[in-house]
Amino acid sequence: MKVKQNDQAYNQYVTSVTPKHNCFKNCVNAFWVGGLICTLGQIILNMCTEIFSLGKETASAYTSLILILLSVIFTSFNLYKRIAKVGGAGALVPITGFANSVAAPTIEYQKEGEVFGKGVKIFTIAGPVILFGIFTSWTLGLIYWILKLAQIV
Amino acid sequence: MVRRAVQTAITKSGLAKQDIRYIFGGDLLGQLIGTTFGLKDLDIPVFGLYGACSTCGESLSLAAMITAAGYANHALAVTSSHYGSAEKQFRFPLEYGNQRPLSATWTVTGSGAFVVSGTTAEQPMRNYAHITAITTGKIVDYGVRDSMNMGACMAPAAADVIYQCLDDLNLKPSYFDHIITGDLGVIGSDILKKLLLDNGYDISKQHLDCGIMIYDNEKQDTHSGGSGCGCCAVTLAGYILNNLSKHIWERVLFVPTGALLSTVSFNEGQTIPGTAHALIIEQEDS
Repeated sequence: MKVKQNDQAYNQYVTSVTPKHNCFKNCVNAFWVGGLICTLGQIILNMCTEIFSLGKETASAYTSLILILLSVIFTSFNLYKRIAKVGGAGALVPITGFANSVAAPTIEYQKEGEVFGKGVKIFTIAGPVILFGIFTSWTLGLIYWILKLAQIV
Repeated sequence: MVRRAVQTAITKSGLAKQDIRYIFGGDLLGQLIGTTFGLKDLDIPVFGLYGACSTCGESLSLAAMITAAGYANHALAVTSSHYGSAEKQFRFPLEYGNQRPLSATWTVTGSGAFVVSGTTAEQPMRNYAHITAITTGKIVDYGVRDSMNMGACMAPAAADVIYQCLDDLNLKPSYFDHIITGDLGVIGSDILKKLLLDNGYDISKQHLDCGIMIYDNEKQDTHSGGSGCGCCAVTLAGYILNNLSKHIWERVLFVPTGALLSTVSFNEGQTIPGTAHALIIEQEDS
């Protein structure tokens, strides 16, 4: 071609013509979807403590378990995707989103076998969250330990 | 799907399986597994091709060249793509919840196969659509790094090959009933028209895009349109060739476009180059 744009100008032009999701609308959707999931969690927690009179720690463990179970069931019926399409981070940040990110690859890769399919690829999406989550808590623990040795805290 | 497309094409052509001397085939998956497993029982020599979504044009170009040169009387070009397998290879597991950007395209689940025959005195091939010229595309890279905006990666390649084709043959866009690109989608099409306008060709009246035509963007919520090797193949087989045979159109410039995306090079920070191949397809009058 005669007229060629340089890469930078072209990329700027592309950005200017590419439509974007409305950030405000996304935030509002994430807020109410995330809020709804948390409200559901609170209802389960209250039921556990009041109806089944469980201790606080046992009740919150059951709450997480039930939310994870619900998310996995929704994922297996391909419904969680629809919630996430509307809710975005509101559906992905709560524990249900984490469960979805573990369940989805397990379903996808079960054809490749128990070990090399499910076993290897179950954490393809959740893996970074686990790795960096554990590493961050380890680093914070180390800092806490040093501060304690120095008798600052 | 690939096997059925090939068998249907051979049956429709009225030829026997042994008459097909070569198959040029390709798909989007690693090591062309779609093509391999679709064609393995057919017992026909195969060349496997990879040109991402432009493979439809690449296979037709090579089939046209080999038959025009007389190395085969009949060759077959087949391409396919599948939404589920493309998502698995290039993006996320199907059930994973994520928000697709508005520039993303939806991989078409489909396969198109074409029998390409050489024209000789004994085999004049009247009443068929003819590939009268091809322009093979270069790899064009304008430094786009957004894998969810493939239209923008491919538009420069499409513009380049269309410009080259029109320039080489000294043609004007109005020479064609339509200039039909593969899977640029809504955004890529706008970019293509602008790039060509900058180079002195206004194709806004002639331009169509298979990615836009194949889905109802509003109802099917595909965002920017359809994509994949199957997209332009099924549009050519099911729509464009039909319109040509009914003489609704006489001559089109068919330009399948491909974004040469690899998840490995993409994660290593490389750009996504594009390529495109142009074919002039004309209806031969009887």
